[in-house]
Amino acid sequence: MTNHSVSVKDLTLNFGAVKVLKNLTLDISEGEFIVLLGSSGCGKSTLLNCIAGLLDISDGEIWIKGKNVTWAEPADRGIGMVFQSYALYPQMSVRGNLSFGLKTAGVPRAEIEKRVARASEVLQIEPLLDRKPSALSGGQRQRVAIGRALVRDVDVFLFDEPLSNLDAKLRADLRVEIKRLHQQLNNTMIYVTHDQVEAMTLADRIAIMKGGHIMQLGTPDEIYSRPQNRYVADFIGSPSMNFIDGQLQDGVFARGDLTIPMAGYNYASPQPPGGPATIGIRPEHVVTGELVGNAPVQLDVTVDIVEPMGSDTLVWTEVAGERFRVRMDGHAQVRHGEPLRIGIVPARASLFDAKSELRL
Amino acid sequence: MAQARKRRLRLSAIIGTVPMMIVAIGVYVIGIAFTVFWSFTDSKLFPNSTLVGFKQYHRLWQDDRWLVAVQNIWIFGILLMVFALAFGFLLAVFMDQEIRQEDLLRSIYLYPFAMSLIVTGLVWQWMLDPNFGIEHTVRSLGWANFQFSPLVDPNTAIYGLVVAGIWQGSGVTMAILLAGLRGIDAEIWKAARIDGIPIWRVYIFIVIPMMRGSIGTAFVLIAVGVVRVYDLVVAMTGGGPGISTNMPAVYVIDMITKSYNVGQGMAAATIMLLPVIAVIALIGLGRIVSTRRKNAAILRAEATA
Repeated sequence: MTNHSVSVKDLTLNFGAVKVLKNLTLDISEGEFIVLLGSSGCGKSTLLNCIAGLLDISDGEIWIKGKNVTWAEPADRGIGMVFQSYALYPQMSVRGNLSFGLKTAGVPRAEIEKRVARASEVLQIEPLLDRKPSALSGGQRQRVAIGRALVRDVDVFLFDEPLSNLDAKLRADLRVEIKRLHQQLNNTMIYVTHDQVEAMTLADRIAIMKGGHIMQLGTPDEIYSRPQNRYVADFIGSPSMNFIDGQLQDGVFARGDLTIPMAGYNYASPQPPGGPATIGIRPEHVVTGELVGNAPVQLDVTVDIVEPMGSDTLVWTEVAGERFRVRMDGHAQVRHGEPLRIGIVPARASLFDAKSELRL
Repeated sequence: MAQARKRRLRLSAIIGTVPMMIVAIGVYVIGIAFTVFWSFTDSKLFPNSTLVGFKQYHRLWQDDRWLVAVQNIWIFGILLMVFALAFGFLLAVFMDQEIRQEDLLRSIYLYPFAMSLIVTGLVWQWMLDPNFGIEHTVRSLGWANFQFSPLVDPNTAIYGLVVAGIWQGSGVTMAILLAGLRGIDAEIWKAARIDGIPIWRVYIFIVIPMMRGSIGTAFVLIAVGVVRVYDLVVAMTGGGPGISTNMPAVYVIDMITKSYNVGQGMAAATIMLLPVIAVIALIGLGRIVSTRRKNAAILRAEATA
């Protein structure tokens, strides 16, 4: 229990007969930035609400800072929380929003002023202190909401999709600010989002959730490079990974005429397995242009659809009868119907068992 | 073709709105104009147009019945306002606790409002009657000295009316305030729980200020009910005992139909109109100020963003 800032042990949550969270276990270290990532309905916000104490759990335990807080009130858990809708108290000034909780808790006036001053300095909201939330922009409101968590002087911050209500540019700006805040404060942060860019850029570790389970818990690099199952592989990465179903036999992946010797592939188990398998290849890992000659496996395909995106171009082709996306340089000159030579590097691909969908 | 369709649409819109406009102008505007005009005449049984200046108003404010009526409407109005809002709010909070059978309970609470005030008045008259109402029931249970018959005593009869009014008005107040409560973002409640703010403080300092809109609506609805209260009085006390439960609307009708003094009735009606106009003007003014303020705030936020 020593090193863990937050520990979730065997957490189960039922709504009536529906199991929303199933025997979840998650250990978060001191100062770690954990992102809970998943599509809507996967249970990520529910898990966060359980950690915050806003939902009563059905079974299991929650420990924060070495204390069992499973049945403690949210206010007594040593957490601060930031919400998607900001949830500011609309009739109070920014200063009122920051200090209301502390006043209620009976914190001395001087201490409140000190904390408000510090939080507003960190978040650069000093000029806004006497305004009402309705007179603030979305980004400013979310900063005040973060400030309300900050003045609580707690060790653990919970973020529930804090940037979802902001427009794209503001979201990118505030994302960097949250990262800076984490570096500055070094608090433990648990952050829920459905945006994989936020997850990849902010997280020390990402927990990808689906149907109340954690599908994979790992660093952004692990999640991206070595997805543990097909769901994670498909979920992370944009444009998403290409999948081809086939057979794995003696270290060679085959589907009809297509054969890919998996030399250099790092298997999850010591001995290379065989049987029905799925190979996953990220569009950005397909080699094109002059470098094709260096790739271990080379294929000739026909260009179907070209989607230029400025910095790069997405080319749709067909491999072994399956749609296959290739990411090329933005300057690539390709057109519908033209032949294209592509190279595949098996070491960067992923193999999944066709049945269990787990990484091979 | 497009223009023809446009014209037809406009024609049907005009046909649709004209009856409403006729009713609004004919009944309200012209009706109010005649009321005010006749209040300055010495009309008796039938309206005439002999102008007498403020004589009717002068006489009105010397009439004990009218003075009692004005005093009563203050008592009735303030008590009803306070208690109907308080009960309505408590009921709404209770209904907001994710209870079972919410729809059924809501129907029960709303039922008094659906009932005619005549029926409400009669039922409460029976319940407050010492011979077979609450007092009789409690006495027959053994408390022989129990007394609860407000309608019999001129000093307390008005409070009997207040009780019936509260019973009738709390349900609809609850419905309006419940809608307001439901409109509050669940994340506000979560944020307050994280901040460790006790529930009653959340209601008083955060939720009630956020419900200004629905509280205002309920307020106006009750206020309108107070100003025009007539049938409840007629059914429960008929203005008695004596003149103790007279109300302005009762006074107006009695002046016209019993005392054959249309001029003075109209003067009383005109006086009744004044607070209504004042309230409407205040609400309108408040709206203008708050939109101005909001626009200014938005402009400022955009300037600094």
